[in-house]
This record gives sequence, structure tokens and C-alpha cells, in this order.
Amino acid sequence: MAAVATTTTLRRIRRRPSLGRIVAWAVMAAIVLITLLPFYWILRTALSTNTSLAAHPGDPLPTGLTGGGFERALGLQSTKEAIAQGGAGGGLRFWRYLINSVVVSTLITVCQIFFSSMAAYAFARLRWRGRDKVFGLFLAGLMVPTIFTLLPNFVLIKQLGLVDNLLGIALPTMFMTPFAVFFLRQFFMNVPREVEEAALLDGAGKIRIFFRVMLPMASTPILTLGVLTYITSWNDYFWPLMVSYSDSSRVLTVALAIFRAQTPQTGYDWSGLMAATLIAALPMLVLFGFFARRIVSSISFTGIK
Amino acid sequence: MTIASSSPPSRLPLSGATEARTKTRTSRAGSREGQGDGRLAAVFLAPALLGFLVFLLWPTLRGIYLSFTRFNLLTPAEWVGLDNYDRMVHDPIFWDSLQVTVAYVIINIGVQTVTALAVAVLLQRLTQSALLRGIVLTPYLMSNVVAGIVWLWILDTQLGIGNEIISALGFDRIPFLADETWAIPTIALINVWRHVGYTALLLFAGLQAIPNDMYEAAKVDGASEWRMFWRITMPLLRPVLAVVLIMTVIGSFQVFDTVAVTTQGGPANATNVLQYYIYGAAFGRFQFGYASAMSVALLVVLSAITVVQYRLTRAGQTDLG
Repeated sequence: MAAVATTTTLRRIRRRPSLGRIVAWAVMAAIVLITLLPFYWILRTALSTNTSLAAHPGDPLPTGLTGGGFERALGLQSTKEAIAQGGAGGGLRFWRYLINSVVVSTLITVCQIFFSSMAAYAFARLRWRGRDKVFGLFLAGLMVPTIFTLLPNFVLIKQLGLVDNLLGIALPTMFMTPFAVFFLRQFFMNVPREVEEAALLDGAGKIRIFFRVMLPMASTPILTLGVLTYITSWNDYFWPLMVSYSDSSRVLTVALAIFRAQTPQTGYDWSGLMAATLIAALPMLVLFGFFARRIVSSISFTGIK
Repeated sequence: MTIASSSPPSRLPLSGATEARTKTRTSRAGSREGQGDGRLAAVFLAPALLGFLVFLLWPTLRGIYLSFTRFNLLTPAEWVGLDNYDRMVHDPIFWDSLQVTVAYVIINIGVQTVTALAVAVLLQRLTQSALLRGIVLTPYLMSNVVAGIVWLWILDTQLGIGNEIISALGFDRIPFLADETWAIPTIALINVWRHVGYTALLLFAGLQAIPNDMYEAAKVDGASEWRMFWRITMPLLRPVLAVVLIMTVIGSFQVFDTVAVTTQGGPANATNVLQYYIYGAAFGRFQFGYASAMSVALLVVLSAITVVQYRLTRAGQTDLG
């Protein structure tokens, strides 16, 4: 055994500078470059002026360094000023949309994860008649394409009088998604039964076990699922686009698309547009920055059994 | 699994011992403490079930119903039988948009799967760095809207850095999103950029389940990385790959956001994907019945693809163990 280990180590050392590994690292480097360069280009463009962008399109550094793009995106410039710098009249009411996005995403994430984990616990650890059948039905829900439910859901939300309302945006995904239930059920199924039995012996009821034992144990998968759910609902465009009509319920993605559509006659306001893009994307980058390590090591494929 | 455990325990083969045990436990527990658990389960399940019934099951049924009606939101839905389907079959734009969608899916899924597989294998065989895993996931944090706008800028014919590089290399500038031939491949690749990291991480998670000593043993036998990929990685990853593929194909068929921010279906319907056409029918022209009929068609296509793909790739089986 020891001999085998030594030979493999030797082989590995001998192989390290091989052509294959160099090529592999080069491919990896290229992938990282393609992944990250657009982010730099957003920043570089956002800090440039439109006139200077047109004159030096290939300049790697910000050209004609300015914060004008950000001012325009945030609606801090007067219309006259904005038009002079190659922007359209209207800016983003950034704080309003940011708050809307935060409210909607938080509402969806907190409620969805909480309700889904309760359901997942009922499917994984409680005994009741027809459990497998009901779970099968939930699973089948995974296959229904979103477009299919969007039209009827829109009709329903309209009938409920929740069009152009933040609750109307959140409601359809607030209670559950089949994926969240499925994901958490997988986790609960794998918690050793002894843990639960020990708590039962201590006289804890099942409700108490769920809140005091199971939920804390599931904190890592819940955090992972939570961040992914937050990102998904933050980035959602189609459904909020359907439901919101005015500033009162407009979220960042929709606002950004509208900002993009306000093209001035002279051509796109690239500087302002990239500033707005950065502003819209930044909260997710920061959120991910906080949790990145735990997220990437716990994204696992639970679909296989 | 459900099917296996419903057959009588006595007739289960030896390998089904675990399922048999579960079955006995279920029925014993069911008779003893089933009632108490049942009530609690009802409480725990209530919110999720409410959401499921109201926003998933009911709309699915209602969508099917609406597809047989003429409905514009203002007046009540009027039953028209198969009119919408008849119209769909004879609508050249529908067939056109289906074709565009399929072209998009093929390019998107083809490039994405191969790239994601390469990234996943590199992440496993080359380095286990969490930083690199974090980096490949960053585009996934962007919304499709942001990704669309950014690439619209990078690929801009006059000022985009992409075209600057192309022209510096001595080629003609390419109007990526304004040209009928280029528009769909471009949108497909933009979405590859955004999603490839997430897909790679799912595959990477699948790779982690392959015991490392298999690679060690193969290495001792003098197998090359290339050979190990085809003899160990691919066969053992197949079930994971199959399910990831089904998931990504379903997602890919529903492309909408990127088209909405970049080309809006143009030029000349070249990027008028099915979902965009459905959206236009519903919210541009208020033909909810017709839009629903096209959604039903999409649902049928997706279900068929799922079933066929599942069968073809034998997704349920694993070669491991």
C-alpha cells in the first residue's frame, strides 16, 4: 500500500510540468478571463464619458474619467445636463426600485424557505397516509414550465386586485417551489434517526424537534438554498414585468430594462447604462461575497437518488 | 422508489432489503402513531400545499381550460373548442418561432454542456480551489437583463470591445445582434456565459461522488487523463449529467429575458422565440386563449423531451456500486 502511494506521488511529481497540465491550466485561465472581463468592462465604461467612448472604443482604461454615468443612472442629473452628456431625460429612481427588490426578494425567500422546510419535514419525517402520493404530485410540479402558470396566475392576481403591488409579485413563489421542498426533504431524510429519537426521549414534541433540532441542523443547506432563492427572485424579470405597471411596484430588473429602452436619439447612453447595470448587479455580488465559500462548497446535486 | 416499496415485502429480491425494512416501519408507525403525526403533518403542509394548489396546480388546469376559449381579460372567457389549436397549426409565425427556439436550445445546450463538463472536470482534476469555483459562478449572479445589456455593449458593431478586437485582428466587424444569422447564436452564447458556471458546479458535485481511489488505481495502471475521462468519469457521471441535461433543456426552452432586452424578436422575427411570441400574443394583443394554447403546446413538447431524454440516457440507473 505504501509502495503504491509512493509510486503515484512520484508519477504526479514527474507529470506536473507535462504539456497536458499546461494546456489544462491555459484553458482554465481562458475561462476565468471570459468570465470576469465583462465585469471589468462594465466598470470601465461606467466611469467613462460617452463622447470619449466613441473616440477611444478600445481603450482598456476608463476614458474621460467621470462619475456622470452613475449620476444619470441614479437620476441625480438635471434633464438638460443628462441630455448634454448623451443620456435620456429620465433616470432610475434607484432607491425606490432597490427597496422594492429587497422587499420582494426577502418576502419570497424567507416565506418560501420556511414553509418549504415545514413541508419537507412532513414529507421526510412524519408518518401519514398518502404521503408518497402527495409528494409525487409535488415532484410532478417540477416539470411544469413557468410560462404555463404565468398567464393563469396573472389572471388570478388581477382578480385579487394585486396587480402593481409588491405582494402580487411575491405571492406565486412565496409559499413553496417544488425544488425547495425536494432539496430540503433530501437533507432531512439523511439526518440520523437517533438524533430525533434522543430528543423524543427527552420529552420534546415533534414541533419542538423541528424548530430546535432539525432547523438548526439544516442551517447550511437552508443558507445555500436561501441565497440561491434570493438571487433567483432578485433577477426575475418576466413575472414582475407582467405584474408591475408603475414606480410603486417596479423592481430593479424591470427598471433597468426600461432605462435601456429610453434610448436617446443620438444612440445608446452606454456610460449611464453600464453604471445602472453595475448598480443593479452590485447587491447580489456583495451578498455572494459574504457567503461564497459556504455556497460553492455546499451546492450539491440532490436530484440523484 | 415509490413503486418498489408498494410491492409486497415477501416478494422483494435480496437487494430490496432496505426498502422492505422501510415498508415495515411505515406500516407499524402508521398504525401506532399515525393519527398524531397526520394532524401535525396537515399543519406543517398547509402553507406549501396552499401555494401548490393555488399557484401551480390550479393555474395549470386553468391554462388548459383557457386554451379552449377566447379570452381578453375584459369580457368573460368564451368557449371556442379547438379554434385556438386550429389557428396555431396554421400559423406560420408559430412554426417559425418553434424553429427559432429549437435552434437556440441546440446551440445553447450543446455549448453549455460541453463547456460546463470541461470546467467541472478541470475543477476536479486540476485543482479543488473554492476561489475558482466562486469565480465561475459569478455570471450566475447577474440577471438575464444585466447579462443581455452588457453583451449588447461588448458586441456593439461600432463601439463594442468585441468588435474592436475582431477588427484589430483584421476581420470585418460582425453585427452580432442585428444580423438574422448571428442573432440566435449570439443570444444562445450570452446565456451560456451566464449559466455555465452553475451547471459546472452541479456536475462538479456529481464528480465529487466518484471515489478518488478509482483514479488512483487507473493511474497506477498507467492510464492517461484522457482515458480516465472516458472510462471512469463519463460512465459514472452519466446519471447526473442526464438529469442536469433535462433541467437545462427545460430552462433553455423558456428563454425570454435576454431576447426582450437585446433584440425584441428581431431582426425580421429571427429571434422571435416561442416564449416571446406567447408573451406578445397575451400582453401585446390580449389574446389570452391563443397564448394559452401555445403554452400547452410548449408543455407537451417539454414533457415529451423529458420522457425521451430520461429513457435514452437511462437517468434512473447508476453505474456506481
